[in-house]
Amino acid sequence: MATLHTVNKSPTDRNTLEACLRLAKGGSSVLMIEDGVYGALKGTQKSGIVEDAMKDIKFYVLGGDLKARGIEENKLIDGVNVVDYAGFVNLATENDRVQSWL
Amino acid sequence: MSVTKKLMYINRRAPYGTIYAWESLEVVLIGAAFEQDVSMAFIDDGIYQLLKGQDTNDIGMKNFSPTYSALGDFEVTQIFVEKESLEARGLALDDLMHLTYEDEDEDYAEKDSIKVVSSSELADIMEQQDVLYNF
Amino acid sequence: MKFGIQINEGPYTHEASDTAYHFIKAALDNGHEIFRIFFYHDGVHNGTRLTAPPQDDRNIVNRWTELAEKHDLDLVVCVAAAQRRGIADADEAKRNGKDTDNIAPGFRISGLGQLIEAGIQSDRLLVFGD
Repeated sequence: MATLHTVNKSPTDRNTLEACLRLAKGGSSVLMIEDGVYGALKGTQKSGIVEDAMKDIKFYVLGGDLKARGIEENKLIDGVNVVDYAGFVNLATENDRVQSWL
Repeated sequence: MSVTKKLMYINRRAPYGTIYAWESLEVVLIGAAFEQDVSMAFIDDGIYQLLKGQDTNDIGMKNFSPTYSALGDFEVTQIFVEKESLEARGLALDDLMHLTYEDEDEDYAEKDSIKVVSSSELADIMEQQDVLYNF
Repeated sequence: MKFGIQINEGPYTHEASDTAYHFIKAALDNGHEIFRIFFYHDGVHNGTRLTAPPQDDRNIVNRWTELAEKHDLDLVVCVAAAQRRGIADADEAKRNGKDTDNIAPGFRISGLGQLIEAGIQSDRLLVFGD
């Protein structure tokens, strides 16, 4: 039993990613979409919350939203996986439910 | 429709500044007719929806806060408030409306609907759900 | 697998309906089924046929209509949310004494029960919003 969490807000703008990580259990997956992709950047004030959670949560980021925002993959926190929309669909099927953090 | 699922309505928005809180409450009321296993979670600023003493006269909007007190009559009896969110806002259970329901199984004894739970308890409860509605 | 989709935001202001569209296309391309797409809150604005975006931009409303036609999708606009925001089909327009309707082809107006049902009948419910 596991949950896919989607986060669509930048962690330097809103507390959505923090709320998600407070309530996501170990074994969950977190997919950053839309402005949520800024949460995957390394070296920001908020990178640490993702790095700390990586022990037992898998992180993904939607590639189209990254490219649109001019973020290169070498700017991402190590261990964050880039997926396309088909990958998003797969994550939704592989997990038992989806929690859409807005 | 004979399937029974565990449905949870997740509320993270303060009332009045946006319509999400009100319109999500409308979903909960309609959803009651489907006789599913329903619960609500109040997280982050969603907790402000439950604050006592709301008075919207000066802003000319409908005060929908009395509707929460009717949830028990709609058999919405599991209302989870996240302790960490409550404390982060300097609030205690006493600051929230007193929401109750009558327990059919115990001779209609009046019981509290709101349960204050920790983040990790709420995480476990969310993990038991089939469907998570967000607004 | 059967997906239910809830869309909470209108077109253009927020990326939500774009993301939902791309997710749904990918799901259909990979052999999944879309049980229903439910438009709530400002999401009801996805269902007006009166939008006229510039030629060099995507036409979000037409894109829904075309996708619905191609895959026989159920696009449902919430009636209560639609009434507040001025989205009406012929029946609704008549009932509320309006001089015109504006619903786009492929969409239908119905109650909130359709959202609950989408949650119950689908294997997964995904919400796209602000």
